Amino acid sequence: MPDGGSGRLRDLRLAGLRKTFGDFVAVDDLDLTIPAGSFFALLGPSGCGKTTTLRMVAGLELPTSGQVLLGDEDISTLRPYKRPVNTVFQSYALFPHLTIEDNVAFGLRRRGVKDTKRAVGEMLELVELSGFGRRKPGQLSGGQQQRVAVARALINEPEVLLLDEPLGALDLKLRRQMQLELKSIQDRVGSTFVHVTHDQEEAMTMADTIAVMHSGRVEQLGTPRELYERPVSRYVANFLGQSNCLDGTVVDLDGDDTVVDVHGVRLALPGRHGRPGQPQSFGVRPEKAVVVASSATTDPALRNGVPGTVTDVSFTGLSTQYVVRTGWGQELAVFAQNDGTDAAAQRGEQVVVAWRPEHAFPLRDELPTGDAEPAPALATAAP
Amino acid sequence: MTAVLPREAPPTELEAEQEEEVHAPRRRPPWLLLLPGLLWLALFFLVPMITLASMSLQTGSLQTGYALTWTWSTYTDAWATYGDQLVRSFLYAGSATVLALIIGYPLAYAIAFKAGRWRNLMLVLVIAPFFTSFLIRTLAWKIVLADQGWVVSALQWIGLLGENGRLLATPAAVVLGLTYNFLPFMVLPLYASLEKIDPRLLEAATDLYATPARAFWAVTWPLSIPGVVAGTLLTFIPAAGDYVNVQFLGNPGSQMIGNVIQSRFLTVLDYPVAAALSITVMVTVLVLVLSYVRRVGAKELL
Repeated sequence: MPDGGSGRLRDLRLAGLRKTFGDFVAVDDLDLTIPAGSFFALLGPSGCGKTTTLRMVAGLELPTSGQVLLGDEDISTLRPYKRPVNTVFQSYALFPHLTIEDNVAFGLRRRGVKDTKRAVGEMLELVELSGFGRRKPGQLSGGQQQRVAVARALINEPEVLLLDEPLGALDLKLRRQMQLELKSIQDRVGSTFVHVTHDQEEAMTMADTIAVMHSGRVEQLGTPRELYERPVSRYVANFLGQSNCLDGTVVDLDGDDTVVDVHGVRLALPGRHGRPGQPQSFGVRPEKAVVVASSATTDPALRNGVPGTVTDVSFTGLSTQYVVRTGWGQELAVFAQNDGTDAAAQRGEQVVVAWRPEHAFPLRDELPTGDAEPAPALATAAP
Repeated sequence: MTAVLPREAPPTELEAEQEEEVHAPRRRPPWLLLLPGLLWLALFFLVPMITLASMSLQTGSLQTGYALTWTWSTYTDAWATYGDQLVRSFLYAGSATVLALIIGYPLAYAIAFKAGRWRNLMLVLVIAPFFTSFLIRTLAWKIVLADQGWVVSALQWIGLLGENGRLLATPAAVVLGLTYNFLPFMVLPLYASLEKIDPRLLEAATDLYATPARAFWAVTWPLSIPGVVAGTLLTFIPAAGDYVNVQFLGNPGSQMIGNVIQSRFLTVLDYPVAAALSITVMVTVLVLVLSYVRRVGAKELL
């Protein structure tokens, strides 16, 4: 087991990493530093290049150009069996002809370690599978196989453990449980974990730092909270949870605020952005907005308000989700938490969607560019 | 959902009947489907087997007729007389099997992992010889290995064969012929089991510090054992009983047990000895196969 001494560990750095398959650019000039000992997630939809990136770190693909570095050592062209990096594969790839013990001992044996019994025992204990050592992978459940795959990789004390959609094959309940288990294993062993997933909730639950990938590039890098509260682009704003994105024109820079005109409605955005006359987009989370009756605004802090008509009300138990159509035809989502102070708006009612200016976040891209925006999924609850 | 489900009541008669109908086919063995196969086996396998076994213990001649006299000495006499041919049969068949494995494994491996879009074409080429008769193919080898043929001249030129050295009518030619004729039976099961191996397992092995060679011996080879067992059996069993290759490519001194049985049955008309030798070959092959399969541990084949 790694001693957890972070002095041994080196940062994983990707420098100008690029991978093309024919005309298709899978990974495009990726620059990324993954600090030693962190739990790092590469998050993105399928085809965004995250698995290709992982495979280049593992050595299973060679980069078209660019470097993979551990500390200052360039490992870009090192064969996979010479890298201090191990992988937990998507479908586990356990050796079906070997027992669990032999699966876990595989890496140690290949490196000439004679006595593997103690290490294997400890590792199986860590993943809570003591007593399963003599079974074959086929006799284990999905969750157990997943833990064997983790043990088989971790026993080699890799500097970097790569996890390729490790929980994809598990059902929701088991996935939640394994997320917490993996997190606690990482706390104990201290290796750098790089986790590839398309599941934003999984990434937010487990990772210290998330890189949201899109079309072979990193769209935004940050802690789960930063990404959620301050997404920089429409893509991130809608990939992590859901957002109402508004497009307008800067009309005034007023103190610390920027005033944006959105179809005749003047809305305040924190910070100074652009110059008057320039287009500016921003977003606000559905749960940060409230639906208030047109006339009475009870809270003076709710300075931003967009009038509209309620077109849909759905009660999900945890919250009530409203869809409000604005004067210019855009539909805004509002999640009102079910906190007992129920003053439900009815369908067809004239209301104002209001929010505090500080809850709005500026977006760097002005208008939707087609594929950049996932379909607004009103049914999925925000985390 | 838990409150009102009055489903605990005993099933009505109708329901019970329906249930009966649903499960009934599972209880009755599908005799009708088995019938043609069973009849076929009884007529053309079981009856001849019993006849053969009984014939091996009879004495007499075609003119006087045969009587079951339980003459076990037919066996010991046959073994004493044709021991050489028996041993030779298994030796030749064994050599051909090993050769076929050495040639067939890399071939099957290449088709399964490296052939890409040529895979189907290569498989067709492996099967292609079956479009010609077994006899014609073996006769063709007679021409290939002929004293004036290019193979012999080439081997003489590089010095592997002496000035008057020849291939035709030697044990080597018999083994080569057997290898050639049964190679597809080796390649196809090998391919089938190699093709099933998940390439991610090999990636996992290299990720876990195995060099390509070690990954092969630790993962690919053990996972292909069922194919190796099936291929070697499909090669060895028919090769041990073959007599065509010796007939065309061998000489009187390289006769296999199949030739002896053929001539005892059809030329000499010595039915009891022919039958005793047949039974001997059958039992020996069965014992060899069982112990081999048990040793290799491919129990799913049995």
